[in-house]
Amino acid sequence: MTAAVARADSSSESLLQIKELDKHFGPVQALYHVDLELPSSQVTALCGDNGAGKTVLTKCVAGIYQPDHGQVFWEGRPVHVRNARDAARLGIETVYQDLALADNLDIVQNMFLGRERLRTGLLDEDNMERAAKETLASLRVTTVRSIRQPVASLSGGQRQSVAVAKAVMWNSKLVIMDEPTAALGVVQTRMVLDLIKRLRDRGLAVMVISHNLNDVFEVADRIAVLYLGRMVAQDKASAFDRQSVVEYMTTGGFGGGGRARAN
Amino acid sequence: MAEPEPTEVVEPVPGAADLTAAPEAAQAEVPPEIIAQTLGEYLRAWGVRIRAGESGVLPVIVAMVVIMAVFEIISPNHVFLSPTNLVNLFQQSAVFMVLAMAEAFVLVLGEIDLSVGFVGACGAAITVQLVQPLTTNWPWWAAIAGGLLFCAVFGAVQGTLVTRLRLPSFIVTLAGYLIANGIFLQILLFGPFSGYPSLAGFSDNLQVIYALMWGNIDPVISWVGAGVVVAALGLLIWFGDHRRRQSGLVAPPVSLTLIKIGIIAVVAVVVVLICNTNRATLVVLEGVPWVIPVVLGVLGIWTVLFGRTRYGRYMYAIGGNPEAARRAGLNLAMIRTAAFALCSVTAGVAILLYASLLGGINNNFQGGQYVLYAVAAAVIGGTSLFGGRGKPLHGVLGGLVIGGIYNGMFLQGLPVQAEYVVTGLVLIAAVTIDAVSRRGATSGSVTRV
Repeated sequence: MTAAVARADSSSESLLQIKELDKHFGPVQALYHVDLELPSSQVTALCGDNGAGKTVLTKCVAGIYQPDHGQVFWEGRPVHVRNARDAARLGIETVYQDLALADNLDIVQNMFLGRERLRTGLLDEDNMERAAKETLASLRVTTVRSIRQPVASLSGGQRQSVAVAKAVMWNSKLVIMDEPTAALGVVQTRMVLDLIKRLRDRGLAVMVISHNLNDVFEVADRIAVLYLGRMVAQDKASAFDRQSVVEYMTTGGFGGGGRARAN
Repeated sequence: MAEPEPTEVVEPVPGAADLTAAPEAAQAEVPPEIIAQTLGEYLRAWGVRIRAGESGVLPVIVAMVVIMAVFEIISPNHVFLSPTNLVNLFQQSAVFMVLAMAEAFVLVLGEIDLSVGFVGACGAAITVQLVQPLTTNWPWWAAIAGGLLFCAVFGAVQGTLVTRLRLPSFIVTLAGYLIANGIFLQILLFGPFSGYPSLAGFSDNLQVIYALMWGNIDPVISWVGAGVVVAALGLLIWFGDHRRRQSGLVAPPVSLTLIKIGIIAVVAVVVVLICNTNRATLVVLEGVPWVIPVVLGVLGIWTVLFGRTRYGRYMYAIGGNPEAARRAGLNLAMIRTAAFALCSVTAGVAILLYASLLGGINNNFQGGQYVLYAVAAAVIGGTSLFGGRGKPLHGVLGGLVIGGIYNGMFLQGLPVQAEYVVTGLVLIAAVTIDAVSRRGATSGSVTRV
């Protein structure tokens, strides 16, 4: 852990680095000169009010949107992420708010959707089931009765766990989670937050989009705040308190300082 | 669909805040074989599941037994279950069965295809025309391939309109129904057959098409063939389950594996026994009719496609959650278009069987009615109209139910009016079971329509 923290301070070694990213939709400037760093082994919370551009930024990273200007560096090298497949090839996986699980398929089928393993041209169910089982066990997702049950029968927290397991299965290095706890109860929120910490302990970079400051301060190592398309603050979580994050989110500055950067 | 929403939300446990955690519902949704380790547990879990409405093919099998019992009791001289009539029944049902399997492709995607009857009729008419010795005299296999190729192209065009232009499949295939009807009538007019190309004649190619429905396999070969099929299926099931047990994966108990294989063997023996009985009085008519291996072949191939290939998995994924499928990087347009094409090809096989049954094809063919029967058969068998759930096997079972009603009413000498009414009532019953089980499974959580 100490090594990871030390690395976080030298920006050149960030897993993902975004510089001066712009994105507009027609006359609306959704993102303006946004800088963002996502180091490995750290959880970065992306905060911001509705319409601040959190989702647009996420989709630019995940390859759904193409930025107008700006550079994206992956492990120090400049990259162009043109679509979701490019992102997956680099090791970027996104868990969207709606989780994108098919209710009528079971856990294994969902985890391998689009990347099924074959044997002599037919689905190799045994192989996939074993791999899914291992991944779930390594994330200590143990509350599901059977990995062959349809996703429709899972609770909200279990569904989130399956979506995360699906994301980390592919040797991914960065997992982006959009409002992972928004629809969950207390126990299930705890389950998901523990899961996020486990991802970090595995050395993954995690970006969590959240409105819930309790959750943010519980899991985040770093906090980044967007305000009307601009990155107004980005630093270690210890540099913030609840008051300052709220003020950055609502006014774009802190202590009457206007749009100042925290560092 | 216009039901008032609030009345539909039934709170199973008063005060239970987290409905997703309701154990009854969750238990019901879990297929029994994955939580039970012994036969006893398995049966108990199955019972729980049936009470909760997740009954699989059980309702249609019960319906089939009831229909058989009723018609056997009331039919004159109890002929309903005689070997002659049972073979007849299967031949009459075969068209419904294969057409319902065709419809399964689009129903699983949450779409519908109203054109299958007349598109299939176009294919069958092309085949029957091409084998005519007086005109083109194509070999039977080339004629069948030509007919099915037409169906594939027609289906692919409809699929393209649905997927690329995002037109509703109901409207596109309604238009396709009319267009195919016109093309069908035009195809009938070609050649010197006054619009009635028939399969009567001594050409080998004509006879092969005719034999699809009316030819019989030699009784000895019937036994050998049934033995080979049972042995092959039995070995596949046995080694599949055995391997899963060995590697510690979820697997049914040994006793259940043996019961499954036993049921297949018993069914095969009964079918061959029935078919090998002499079914005629003046001449010898015995052996398994070719239509049985034809239907089972279609069933087998499509079952593997639906259940064991990527393509099948993707169809279910699109039917369950198209957005998830899109995010998984699937080519939705391609998969959907192919489904429409495969649906039409299967329909071509179905109506070719119809042409064989009637010894030719003419403008009496009721394409619209057959579509409705096909959808009814699929739904009666357990396929959902809302996408994401259904198997080719459902079409076969539902087709047998509809064929059974048709055949039984005919034996009673009841008019066609009564047959329509009864079939309609069975369909209502099937959809009710589907809707009630759906409500039971999802009550309180997400209401999917």
